[in-house]
Amino acid sequence: MTEAIVELKSAVKEYVAGSLRVTAMRGIDLRIDRGEYAVIMGSSGSGKSTCLNILGCLDRLTQGTYLLGGQDVSDLNDDELSEIRSMRIGFIFQSYNLIPQLNVLENIQVPLFYQGVTESSAAVKAEELALRMGLQDRLKHKPMELSGGQQQRVAIARSLVCDPILMLADEPTGNLDSKTGQEILELIDELHAEGKTIVMVTHDDDIAHRAQRVVRFMDGEIISNVWNGEPKA
Amino acid sequence: MKSMRPERMIKLAVKNLGQYKLRAGLTMLGIIFGVCSVVAMLSVGEGANQEIQEKIQRMGSQNILIKSVKVPSEDNNKGGRRSLVASYGLTYDDYEELARFVPNLEANTPIKRLRYDVQFKSRRLQTDVVATMPWYLEVQNYRMVRGRFLTTTDMEFGTPVCVIGTRLARMLFAGYDPIGKTLIIDKDAYTVVGIIGDIAQGEIRVQNELWMEGENQTVYIPFKTYQQKRGDLFIQMSEGGGTFEKIELHELILTIDEQENVVRAVDAVRRVLKKNHKKEDYSVVVPLELIRQARETRRLFNIVLGSIAAISLIVGGIGIMNIMLATVSERTREIGIRRALGARRKDIVLQFLMETLILSISGGVIGLVFGAIIPLAITATTDVKTVLTFPAFAVAFTVSVAVSVVFGIYPARRAALMDPIEALRHE
Repeated sequence: MTEAIVELKSAVKEYVAGSLRVTAMRGIDLRIDRGEYAVIMGSSGSGKSTCLNILGCLDRLTQGTYLLGGQDVSDLNDDELSEIRSMRIGFIFQSYNLIPQLNVLENIQVPLFYQGVTESSAAVKAEELALRMGLQDRLKHKPMELSGGQQQRVAIARSLVCDPILMLADEPTGNLDSKTGQEILELIDELHAEGKTIVMVTHDDDIAHRAQRVVRFMDGEIISNVWNGEPKA
Repeated sequence: MKSMRPERMIKLAVKNLGQYKLRAGLTMLGIIFGVCSVVAMLSVGEGANQEIQEKIQRMGSQNILIKSVKVPSEDNNKGGRRSLVASYGLTYDDYEELARFVPNLEANTPIKRLRYDVQFKSRRLQTDVVATMPWYLEVQNYRMVRGRFLTTTDMEFGTPVCVIGTRLARMLFAGYDPIGKTLIIDKDAYTVVGIIGDIAQGEIRVQNELWMEGENQTVYIPFKTYQQKRGDLFIQMSEGGGTFEKIELHELILTIDEQENVVRAVDAVRRVLKKNHKKEDYSVVVPLELIRQARETRRLFNIVLGSIAAISLIVGGIGIMNIMLATVSERTREIGIRRALGARRKDIVLQFLMETLILSISGGVIGLVFGAIIPLAITATTDVKTVLTFPAFAVAFTVSVAVSVVFGIYPARRAALMDPIEALRHE
């Protein structure tokens, strides 16, 4: 039996938007095992972004439980969730979300910053990852001086720096041309091949084909759950 | 619990501030002006205060000074009988009664103060002549430069000797040694026996009440000598002829043994004088009271200064708050990113507070430097005395930093309380 990294049980998320009460997740059950590469699809408003925020511990469930790596994180407070984010989760965003005044190496180190890692060991780790991402000529550059692909590589390096058990990617190629996007996807494939657990949100069916598993959302519910083209209970 | 390392936090804050150099500089300017003005004001205030204290102290805090005052003499004309001699002021009776009734009296110094032509060889000028007792020197806290002061022998026998101030010695005896020379005081010959110490020029002028100015130019003679030679009648020359005035004593200096007994002694003095005089033809000056007044004035002065300083510091603080709010809203996305990557609310608060702290500390230090330079420059270019005190520095600096931090907390908290998801979506 493989180990579950993500386990959502009857997960409900409600928002209050103005005077409206919006239910973004209506009792979702979802299990993602170690080493899985899952793609979440769905139109906007389907609840997939909410689900990603929940998985990333940026938000808390209204009802239900969320086990991350076997640990129940449903009732953690803000500080505890922050710590989970810094140690167990790697984020990759559509718009890279690098900090503009920091250079490549410094950006990669940001998650370590909040873990009290010494500057020297953080720098060593950051450089190692930057080299791996092919950024050896760009270590001291600011994000503004990099191409979109390079920026996303920095973001991926950053997401890897604390050795997360779960990597979350939100349309990582959405802002890139197809060639660069392809390179980024190959990088993600590589990470998957190394055994990383990856959850990616995308609109693109072609991208979805690379993943072994596709989860489709609609109106806050999971409407299909397909492994290698085969539905499974 | 894991947390950010302080040295990295400081580095980060400096880096972030470096992004907005102009803005950081302008913000600092508010603090610089605040701290600088507080330090400068306090030094000028302290300087003025010390100057006044010194002047008053010089009069002797244990002394009570009484001076004869001429009052318009309507009484003399009333009866139609115009008196030829105007008589007023302190009398020998006052002198004796005060000696008897004022408690804790240590010394009682009578003074006749007159203006005469004095002459050495062919040089002559008009100056103050003070006829007094040997202990005048001690009571006034003066020092001899050369020779001796008046002695008890002089007092008893009325010897024709005199002691002169350094300025007079310079003016009248240039090229000669004054000691042993004969000084003519309005036709009477006196032998110079001593030169009284320097009383710094211009420092003595406090108010008209304090009649110490020009002591450097004064001639001191034994009380008895003068009494024997001239008596108590003076001719006052005025337009349309001379009038006679009778003044027994121009001044009295009562010295009390301890400062704490002065107030009681003053009461006794006022009682005796009130009983002896129908008109108030005298004035009582109590240096100790002046000191108290000076302290009271200073307290008021400090309150005013404090308020001005507080306002300028608060303005500086508002400046900081303004800038930090702008910075926070500009960096909303950065805050979202940091939160997503594991920063706790506390970390965000600390990050922005650290920036505020660095701004205010560096602004404060620069302010202190300018705050020290300005008073020094004032003292160097004018004769206004300024005193730099450590408390002024400490207060200005601590208050400015504290104010900045207080005003920095709101923006920092606002940053920390943002919803990370919202913050990431910003722009």
